[in-house]
Amino acid sequence: MSKKNSEYLINRKNNQYEVVIGLEVHAQVLSESKLFSSSATKFGAEPNTQVSLVDAAFPGMLPVINEFCVKQAIKTGIGLNAKINKRSVFDRKNYFYADLPQGYQISQFKDPIVGEGKVILDMPDGQKEVGIERLHLEQDAGKSIHDIDPQNTFVDLNRSGVALMEIVSKPDLRSPDEVSSYIKKLRSIMRYLGTCDGNMQEGSLRADVNVSVRAKGSKKFGTRCEIKNVNSIKFMQMAIEYEANRQVDLIEEGKSIDQETRLFDTKRNETRSMRSKEDAHDYRYFPDPDLLPLEVSDKFISELKKNIPELPDEKKKRFIDEFKLSPYEATILVSDIDTAKYFEEVVAKMGKNKDIKLAVNWITGELFAILNNKNLEISQSPVSSKNLAILVNLIKNGTISGKIAKTVFELMLDGDKDPQKIVEEKGLKQQSDPKAIEALIDKIINDNREKAIEYKQGKEKLFGFFVGQAMKASGGKANPQLINEILKKKLQ
Amino acid sequence: MIDIISQSLTQLINNIKDKKVSSEEVTKSFIQRAEKSKKLNCYIAEDFENAINKAKKFDNKPNYDSKLPGIPIAVKDLFCTKNVKTTAGSKILSNFVPTYESTVTQNMWNEGAILLGKLNCDEFAMGSSNETSFFGNVQSPIDKNLVPGGSSGGSASAVAGQLTPITIGTDTGGSIRQPASFTGIVGLKPTYGSCSRYGIVAFASSLDQAGPMAQNVKDCALLQEVISTYDPKDSTSIDFKRSHYSKKLTNNIKGKKIGIPKEYRVDGMPKEIEDLWQKGINHVKECGAETIDISLPHTSYALPAYYIVAPAEASSNLARYDGVKYGFRVKGENLIDMYEKTRSEGFGAEVQRRIMIGTYVLSSGYYDAYYLKAQKVRKLIKNDFDEAYKKVDAILTPSTPSSAFKIGEKTNDPVSMYLNDIFTVPVNLAGLPGISIPAGHDSRGYPLGLQIIGKAFDEQNILNIAFAMEEKINFKNKITDWWIK
Amino acid sequence: MTIDLKTVKHISKLSRISIEDEKAKKLTGDLNSIFEFIEKLNKLNTDKVEPLTSIAETTLKLRRDEVKSENIRDQILKNSPNENKDFFVVPKVVE
Repeated sequence: MSKKNSEYLINRKNNQYEVVIGLEVHAQVLSESKLFSSSATKFGAEPNTQVSLVDAAFPGMLPVINEFCVKQAIKTGIGLNAKINKRSVFDRKNYFYADLPQGYQISQFKDPIVGEGKVILDMPDGQKEVGIERLHLEQDAGKSIHDIDPQNTFVDLNRSGVALMEIVSKPDLRSPDEVSSYIKKLRSIMRYLGTCDGNMQEGSLRADVNVSVRAKGSKKFGTRCEIKNVNSIKFMQMAIEYEANRQVDLIEEGKSIDQETRLFDTKRNETRSMRSKEDAHDYRYFPDPDLLPLEVSDKFISELKKNIPELPDEKKKRFIDEFKLSPYEATILVSDIDTAKYFEEVVAKMGKNKDIKLAVNWITGELFAILNNKNLEISQSPVSSKNLAILVNLIKNGTISGKIAKTVFELMLDGDKDPQKIVEEKGLKQQSDPKAIEALIDKIINDNREKAIEYKQGKEKLFGFFVGQAMKASGGKANPQLINEILKKKLQ
Repeated sequence: MIDIISQSLTQLINNIKDKKVSSEEVTKSFIQRAEKSKKLNCYIAEDFENAINKAKKFDNKPNYDSKLPGIPIAVKDLFCTKNVKTTAGSKILSNFVPTYESTVTQNMWNEGAILLGKLNCDEFAMGSSNETSFFGNVQSPIDKNLVPGGSSGGSASAVAGQLTPITIGTDTGGSIRQPASFTGIVGLKPTYGSCSRYGIVAFASSLDQAGPMAQNVKDCALLQEVISTYDPKDSTSIDFKRSHYSKKLTNNIKGKKIGIPKEYRVDGMPKEIEDLWQKGINHVKECGAETIDISLPHTSYALPAYYIVAPAEASSNLARYDGVKYGFRVKGENLIDMYEKTRSEGFGAEVQRRIMIGTYVLSSGYYDAYYLKAQKVRKLIKNDFDEAYKKVDAILTPSTPSSAFKIGEKTNDPVSMYLNDIFTVPVNLAGLPGISIPAGHDSRGYPLGLQIIGKAFDEQNILNIAFAMEEKINFKNKITDWWIK
Repeated sequence: MTIDLKTVKHISKLSRISIEDEKAKKLTGDLNSIFEFIEKLNKLNTDKVEPLTSIAETTLKLRRDEVKSENIRDQILKNSPNENKDFFVVPKVVE
């Protein structure tokens, strides 16, 4: 679907290479307690204060699964238009690491809870479908801290056992921009569903990025490298760019690419091989005998389906149909659930005689600029949806001009003030009494008789001068449309 | 004067309720007996002082409605006990003090029982002779230098040697029934999911079950009634209606159909075992039950399948013993060095052997050939039992293919050691209940046991059959107190 | 099949149990005799058999999403081989 001119290709001499990318996204499930234990999941707690005997793998401790996490995974699966597997199995992935207390991670290997699905990306040149291979539930590991002590590593197990969804895409992505769009879309869907907060700074969303390259037009996949645990979209894009070029260089030099795990060094902006384990990983997966297969009924799934909120794609369609928005505007408004919510609140509060176009312009214009400037989320907006709706209505019904509205908006920022009151207190109400404006204009024409004559003789440029004078005389409050109309009449 | 230590649990309970003895007297008697019995090496950790205090407390404010009023009990050192060292017989846990209590032991304390201490066992319950314990082997009260069996060897010796009125063990492939058989006591392995595994140091999660070991069937039924509860903390615990095992215990087994599986007549089985089995068949017939020849065709594959499944699960279950969070640690130059040294010094030879087997059968390229194959065989074995239970109510077999052997006799031949569990392992693989009762002696006077295998959740039925047979057999254990003289 | 010394050393690496040569040799012998015994299973055709997934005759019960365990850091670190009051401490991890 994507047009040729926006293709992301790497050029070398006479050769062009295409980049093939697949992502394994780890999304932390939004839940109160952990996947297999009842300790808390809050971010930022003191080290090892949210650790139960189960999380620290004490002898004889056993996992008991959290129903809500199961529901969250299924809901996410529904949001990804994916097949929900009524029977799934938890396996143990065995390896030793300081922050893996059990010596294994409980994950799902052969039988994940969610099967194949798809996600639609809105790219500048059209839509693109990205296949989802699977989604499975697993435990997070703890955190190793290497920089407190030169000789030792410190281990904090607060994260140990927190539920993660691993969402594996098909190798359908072809450029860093598509990756960015894909991550944003996934995050958007999960935030709509309330299954993951998508907070990348806190590590709630991170990804392993699989990158390979191939000659343009080739159908065969190249050897891929997996870049582990990248935690921002920018870094993902940088890592892909670096890695793809590295692989192309190797091919150009006639060398082969080793299938390996690499890490992205954000300081040097390069990927490098994670010192190849002398003993290649052999995870020895097998079904966890402490747990039984997870079975969910049709009813369980259909109950969840019933309560799935409107998701970005549907909402966008509705915004276009119902509010006559352009696809571009709709895409912007639905990309984040809080933005969509804000917009819909504004629309609802504007009442009957509303100007939706104007509201969209104000949200995506003045409001976004302010939020961006102050580095705020829309949920923290200094101007409430209610007051923005009033402001837009004040413009729409001619109480204030668009220009005055900007002044009013500035004043609203301080404590979410009611624009109506600002207009009244500051006397910013637009003058729309034709008699008053007529009197005002008569005086100006009288004061500038020579210019009026020049105008009448054909110097039409002078019209602007008269408008300016009238506005000035009214303190900017005169209705510009009326000024225009009356001036034209008087200067005939 | 009542001879406290030679009394059964039921007798002790009655005497305490009738105020003929106090909990303190009972507790002190067993402690004195233990002090005189150090040679048996039953205990890994004694908690005598606390026990006496708890007994006094009980006597001051007795609750005679509880099921185990003021009864002192020592338990296998595989059960985590709050503030009492729990080692699983291993160096790697030799300094581990849990801050929590296993569900089954908690159930006992809730019914008024008092912890005496922790009993020796094979390291992580891996063994059939109690010779793999880091804390040394256990002597059998039956004879000097005789193994008590394993892995619940300390538990078996403690009951047979009258160091505790009753105990609990764990059984993964025969670890309750085989030592019970070797020491002339009763041992029950309940249906998988009957007793919670919460707080029990895991060996093989899909096979492990806790169960009572007692002097007689009635005591056994009573303790099973106490320890078997549904536990939401164990995902494999089963929420079924548990019987009032001791109250419903009856010797009336008239009309019961009892299966005799031909595959248990193994090559090279001593004639005395064969005779014992026949005697058992005669007994159940005398009780009015009917015996029916049955076939469990995949029996001979049980042990090889077990030696894939159990080590595989163990290799993973024991990964947590890495020197990081608790237990023994050997310093290392780096993390991996620490792991390797800690685990090499912390685990004994048999445990290392089984971890290796387990790691190998799960490793890349071998999973299907070993682990998956074993799980298929397990299915076939379960199907065998399901088929048999269409025709019979229970199955009668010998508990072990031989009587107890001498310490050191089989330590250099792992396979011959493993063969000890040939009759008990299929029961674990199928998750069924099985009870071993003492049924006679071999030519040297060593005890021999018979096993009754039941349908899942049908503990009451096999306890009844065992109860009826017990009456007919009228077994007397020959304990000479050789270790005291 | 036979398990050679190299395999035994590889398994010991995976198991994170260091073994010196002599022990490795003995283990090789032990494991071979055990696997010879295990190989008996190969005589049985199981192509059409579904593997057992769980022996417990029940379904997986689901727990409610409630925070029940409070801060028990003291308990968690009580048995730790080091004396840090906030963290588990291990020798530096070499990446």
